[in-house]
Amino acid sequence: MGANEMRIAVLSGKGGTGKTLVSVNLAAISKEAIYIDCDVEEPNGHLFFKPEGVREEEIPIKIPKVDEELCNGCRKCLDFCKFNALAYINNKLIVFDEVCHSCGGCILVCPEKALIEKEKVIGKVQKGTSEQVDIYTGILNTGEASGVPIIKKLLEENQQADKQTIIDCPPGSACVVMESIKDADYCVLVAEPTLFGVHNLDMVYQLVKLFNKSFGVVLNKCLEEENPAEKFCLENNIKILGRIPFDNELGTLNSNAEIAVNKDKKYRELFSSLLKTVTKEAQCNETTTNS
Amino acid sequence: MKQLLILSGKGGTGKTTIASAFIKLADAKAYADCDVDAPNLHLITEWNNEPKQTDYYGLDKAEISKKLCIMCDECRQNCRFDAIFLNEKYTVDPYACEGCSVCEFVCPVEAITMLSTVAGDLKLYSDGEKVFSTGHLKMGSGTSGLLVTEVKKQIKVAAVDGELAIIDGSPGIGCPVIASLSGVDMVLIVAEPSISGISDMERIINTAARFETKIAVCINKYDTNSENTKTIEEFCQKYKLPFVGKIPFDSDAVKAINNGQTIVDIDCRSGIAVKEVYNKTINLLFEKGGG
Repeated sequence: MGANEMRIAVLSGKGGTGKTLVSVNLAAISKEAIYIDCDVEEPNGHLFFKPEGVREEEIPIKIPKVDEELCNGCRKCLDFCKFNALAYINNKLIVFDEVCHSCGGCILVCPEKALIEKEKVIGKVQKGTSEQVDIYTGILNTGEASGVPIIKKLLEENQQADKQTIIDCPPGSACVVMESIKDADYCVLVAEPTLFGVHNLDMVYQLVKLFNKSFGVVLNKCLEEENPAEKFCLENNIKILGRIPFDNELGTLNSNAEIAVNKDKKYRELFSSLLKTVTKEAQCNETTTNS
Repeated sequence: MKQLLILSGKGGTGKTTIASAFIKLADAKAYADCDVDAPNLHLITEWNNEPKQTDYYGLDKAEISKKLCIMCDECRQNCRFDAIFLNEKYTVDPYACEGCSVCEFVCPVEAITMLSTVAGDLKLYSDGEKVFSTGHLKMGSGTSGLLVTEVKKQIKVAAVDGELAIIDGSPGIGCPVIASLSGVDMVLIVAEPSISGISDMERIINTAARFETKIAVCINKYDTNSENTKTIEEFCQKYKLPFVGKIPFDSDAVKAINNGQTIVDIDCRSGIAVKEVYNKTINLLFEKGGG
C-alpha cells in the first residue's frame, strides 16, 4: 500500500481537543484526499470545507411492522427481543422504533408471519468536494440513538478509494469510535494538556492497543508550562507526531470555521510537516506489520 | 429532588468544569457523571473513602462451539451486525456482537450459547450525607445508554435528603445523551462561541426539546469570539430560551482543574462568572409554575 491509499483516523477520547482542527487541516494540506466525518452526532468538518456539488443519500434501517390481522398476541417476539423494543398493550403490538437494533429476530420468531420489515430513515450521507478534497459527511437525525449504520455506510463506500483518507472520529471510546477506526491503517490521537485530557487520552490509548492499531499522538493547545499529556506519552513510550501551540489566532480562525492552512503560511508549514510525519509513521508501521 | 443535567452537544465546551463548580456552590447532596464513555468528574470531586463498586453486565455475547458447529453458515447469514466470521471455523467478533441472539435461534444444532459479559462498572461513593454515582463503560462495549440509566438509578436508590441532583452529561446527541435526558427537570446547555459549537448547540437543543424539559443556555469562553457569542444570544432570544450568563476564557481555570480543584475553589475570573450562571440556573429550576 502506498501513502496514497492510507486511511488515517483521528480520535481523542475527550471532546473538544482538536480532532476536527487536525483532520480538516491535514486533509486540506494533502494534494488529493478524502475527508470523512464520522462524528455523525455532531458533524462539523463540512462547516470548514463548505463543500460544493453536494449529493445526499438517506440512510435507512430496518424496523419491524406488524400486520394486526395476522398477529394473535402470542408474544413470542416480545420474549425474544433483547432490546425491549416491543410491547403488547391493549391487544396491540407496539414497536418502539428508537430502541430497535434492527436485528430481525422478531421477524424470524413470529409463528404467524405477522411481522415484516419496513425502512426507516435515521440520517443521511452527504458527498461533495472542496478544492481537491472529497468531503463525506454523515449526519444522524436528532432523536435517533445510534449512528453506527451511517458510519458503516460512510466507510464501506471508501473501501475502494485510491486516495489518502482522513477519518474524523466521534469523541469517547464506545461503539461509534470502534466502528470508525475499524479499517484505519493508522490512528492519530489528539491530546490537550489537562488532567481530563490525559485521563481520556489513556482511554483511547487502551482502545487502539486493544485493536492492534499503529498510532501516535498530536499534542494540541501546548503552553509553556509542563504538559501532562506529553509526560504521559514519554512515560508510555508513545510516539509524539507533533505539537500545536496554544495560539489565539489559530483559535479564532478555528472558531470561525476557517481552514488555518489556507489562511497563513505558518499553519501551512505546521500541518504539512505533521502530515509528512504521520504518513512516514503510517508507512513505516505498514512495512513492519507486513514483513 | 430536582435533577439538573448539563449537556453541550459539542465536546470540550466545559460541561465537567461547570458541573463541578455547581456541585461545590450548591453543596449538592447527590450528583452523577453520565459520560460513561469518558468520565472525568471523579477527578475533581473529593472522596476519601472507597466507592461501592458493582459490575455492569451489558447484553450477552454469542459463542460458537467448534465441536458442535456443522458449518451450515446460517448464523453468519442472519447476523445483522457482521459479527460472525468464517476463519476455517466460525467465530464471533465480541466487539461487533450486540447480543440479539438471532444466531442462537437460527442454529439448527444448538452450537451457539449466549454468555453474560461484564461491559463496565458502576461506582457509588457515599458518606451517609452525600452520594456520587459514576460508571465506566469497558473499552469497545456498546450499550452505553443502559449504563447511563443504571448510573442515574443509583442516585435515586441512595435516596439522600436534598433538593438538587447535578448530572454531568456526555457529548453528542445519541444513546447516552438520550438516556441521560429521561426524567430530568432541567437541562443546562454549555455552548461555545464557534461555528461548530453553534451547530452542535442547535442539534442538542432539538434533541432535548423532544423531552419537554426546561432548557437554559450559558456560554463558556465567551470572549474568544464575540461575534459568535452574539449569535448564540440572539438565537436564545429568538427561540425564547432562558440565557443564564457567560463565562470568560481563563487560563487559571485550566490550572485549577490540573490541580484537581474546581474553578470556585480558587479566586479567578471564570469562578466569579460561574456563580452568576449558577444563581440564575437554580432560580429557573426552582421557579414555581414555570416550564
